[in-house]
Amino acid sequence: MTCLPASTEKKLGLVIDLDTCVGCQACVTSCKEWNTGGEMAPLTDVDPYGGDVDGVWFNRVHSYEHQTESGSSTVHFPRSCLHCEKPACVTVCPTGASYKRSSDGIVLIDESKCIGCKLCSWACPYGAREFDTSVGVMKKCTLCIDRIYNENIAEEDRVPACVAACPTSARHFGDLGDPDSAISQLVDRRSGVELMPELGYKPTNRYLPPRERTSNFGSAAPALQPLQAEGGFLGWVDRMLSRQ
Amino acid sequence: MHPAYSVIFFTTATGAGYGLLACLGIFAFLGFIEAGFWFRLVSLGIAVALISAGLLSSTAHLGRPERAWRAFSQWKSSWLSREGVAAVATFIPTAAFGLGWVLLGLDGGWTAAAGLLSAIGAAVTVSTTGMIYASLKPIAQWSSRYTLPAYLIFAVMTGCVLFNALLSSFGQPFLWVQTTSLLLTGCGWAWKRATWRHNDGQVTGTTLNSATGLMGGEVRSIEWPHTEENYVLKEMGFIVARKHAAKLRLIAQALTFAMPFLLLALSVLLREVGWLAALFAMAATILQLAGMLVERWLFFAEARHTVALYYGR
Repeated sequence: MTCLPASTEKKLGLVIDLDTCVGCQACVTSCKEWNTGGEMAPLTDVDPYGGDVDGVWFNRVHSYEHQTESGSSTVHFPRSCLHCEKPACVTVCPTGASYKRSSDGIVLIDESKCIGCKLCSWACPYGAREFDTSVGVMKKCTLCIDRIYNENIAEEDRVPACVAACPTSARHFGDLGDPDSAISQLVDRRSGVELMPELGYKPTNRYLPPRERTSNFGSAAPALQPLQAEGGFLGWVDRMLSRQ
Repeated sequence: MHPAYSVIFFTTATGAGYGLLACLGIFAFLGFIEAGFWFRLVSLGIAVALISAGLLSSTAHLGRPERAWRAFSQWKSSWLSREGVAAVATFIPTAAFGLGWVLLGLDGGWTAAAGLLSAIGAAVTVSTTGMIYASLKPIAQWSSRYTLPAYLIFAVMTGCVLFNALLSSFGQPFLWVQTTSLLLTGCGWAWKRATWRHNDGQVTGTTLNSATGLMGGEVRSIEWPHTEENYVLKEMGFIVARKHAAKLRLIAQALTFAMPFLLLALSVLLREVGWLAALFAMAATILQLAGMLVERWLFFAEARHTVALYYGR
């Protein structure tokens, strides 16, 4: 049923550090690579080498300029499913294809029940769901359920593909429902935030805002100073030639 | 939001169809109209045809229409599922009403009760349609208190104007229906203008700051994650109509409200000349339904989804 569980045993999710994300797109490509052969496979690309490229991706990295009183900075912003506690994408589903698991809180789609009405994508404020035109059903991030519980791969690899790929460790995976988990501690320490909390979806994922800049480093290099006039013969030549 | 033609046609056709069904059901229940077999057949036939065509077209935008039956299962949480259940359930009293009122030519008794139940079913179904849109929080223009009444007002308005055209065409103009059509067209116009005024002045708390968690200062999109339009932008970042919005609003108002209002007023004044009144009443219906298509198109095209913020749109 598309009714939501009153509570979930775990709240598995991601924490994304906007301070260290360098926008390299490694998480994007590794997500695509894993998931085009995973639970929601394939992630179809339409006209991939043509002029009208389109395709299904679960993770998209935007780049923003954030201008504040202390200067402006570039922020790379990965956007994917936040596995909300109150996901309207699930409750609007007329067929029961969309559901939220009571065990770990992951929001999933049963592709065999999806009629492709697209209402769930309208109900998601974050644009996490993408429609696959080739098979006529909606697709979304599974938090790599086929990795995180996969006993056929090494234990250290049992994290979502995007987390495993990140070269700057900007992506963290864990149980956000457990206040003692490493990931919850990280959120506390860095004052992690929810996206669009005003809409009441209660997203599980958290974003760590860029750290405050230290005041002894300006955002721009100091202005260049004119060189001291040189003495000696070359200095005399320079002064003579500089005369208007 | 991207305006899917099947959904625009669906909401316009079922709106008018359920509106007409409700008018027929209520008038049969109250015993207000002395109608012959052909009027009953044609009017109920048009109502059922509009409803059925609309419902069928709504399956046209599905990715997997063959699984549409599954949509009846999640009525506990989903307004779309409730709409499906209500639409199918309404066919039951409507079939009984058709049997008694049209085929057997009955009035009163169980036929009247079936008429009333059909009208209630029509109102419930249109309400569920309205709630599908009204419950979508990411779209501020839809999740407002104006949306549900709009669907109900426009359904009963187009239904009543159509009912009036049918009565006039069958040489049975009914002053109450004529004046109610006029009144409802005026109401619809006022409601639409109030909705636009509300939407234009609306300031939502959702900004690119809250969408990215970057508080304070200004956040500007400098690079998209992809070079071409993707599903999210095509479906939720639709901007084509915005530059023509002002003109389209004028066209929608002229077709849906102003011209039908004028034509309906003329048909009341010219009641003595039956064929002319009928002609005006029919023209009002056709223009109004055409206008509703424009209005519904704008309803989608002017709706802004929060995901567009991520793209700086």
